[in-house]
Amino acid sequence: MTIPGTAAPIGLWAAAAMIAAIVISSTAGEVLTAAAMKSIGDLDEIRAHSGMKGAILAVVTCPLFYGGVCFLALSFFSLLFALNHLNLSLVAPASASLTLVTNAIAGKMFLKENVDRRRWASAILVCIGVYMLAH
Amino acid sequence: MAQHKLLPRQYLILGLVAVSAPLGDTCLSRGMTHLPAITLAHPATLIAAVFTPWIAVGIALLIGFFASYLTALSWADLTFVLPATAFGNVIVALLSRFWLNEAISPERWAGIVLITVGVGFVANGPSLTERPAPAAELPAVTEQEEEPVR
Repeated sequence: MTIPGTAAPIGLWAAAAMIAAIVISSTAGEVLTAAAMKSIGDLDEIRAHSGMKGAILAVVTCPLFYGGVCFLALSFFSLLFALNHLNLSLVAPASASLTLVTNAIAGKMFLKENVDRRRWASAILVCIGVYMLAH
Repeated sequence: MAQHKLLPRQYLILGLVAVSAPLGDTCLSRGMTHLPAITLAHPATLIAAVFTPWIAVGIALLIGFFASYLTALSWADLTFVLPATAFGNVIVALLSRFWLNEAISPERWAGIVLITVGVGFVANGPSLTERPAPAAELPAVTEQEEEPVR
C-alpha cells in the first residue's frame, strides 16, 4: 500500500514511521525543555534579581536544557527527512496535531502536570483544529 | 487545582510565542522560495542565504520565539503553553485572509473555530500545577489545643 500524493511511492508503514519519529523526538524535546525550565524557576524573577546575563547563565548551565535541545534538533532533522519523501500537506498537519496529544500524555506521565478534563478537551480541539487549518 | 492568574506581561509573552513562530516560519519560507535552488554541491550558498533580509528577519523572530517560549515554560505548564500558543495559527490564517486576500476554505474556518474554542478552554483554567510544599516549609502541627474538660 502506498500513500497517494507523496513525492515518491512510499509504504504506509514507512510514512507512519517517519511521522512517529518527528512526534516522539519533538515530544521528548518539549518535555525535557519544560523540565529544565521548571528546575531553573521563574526566569522573570531571575532576570529581575541577576539581570539578563544571570537568566541566560541559569539556562545554559542546566544539563536538562541540552537534552531538550538535542531532541528538538533530532525532531527538526526528522522533519527534513520526512519532507524529502512525503508532502508537506501530510507531514505538517499530522505531526503538529499529534504532538499536542502526545505532549498532554507526556506532561501527565513525566512532568506530573494536572491534565484535567479541560486540558484534555483543549488539546483534542486544538489538535483537530490545527489539522483542519493546515491540511 | 488552585487558579494561577497570569500577569499582563505573561499574557504578552504567550502572545509573542504564538505570533513569532508562525511569522518566523513565513519569513523563512518567503526568503527561501525567492532564492535559486540550493544543492549539496554548493553548501556555501546556504550560509549566504542566512544574510538575506527575509531569512535574517525569520531567524531573529525564531530566536525571539525560543526565548519567550523558555520564559513561558518557567512559570506555566507545558500542557497549558502549547494549546494556548496554538492561537498563532489562527492569527496567521486571518492575516493571510484579510492582508494577503487569500481564500480560506470552510474546512479551514472550522479549524479556526476549533482552535479558538480550545484556546478559550485552556486559557480559563490554571496555568500551573500546584505542588505540595516540602515538609520542612510546612508549619509544625500544633498539639492538642483544646482546653481539657474539667
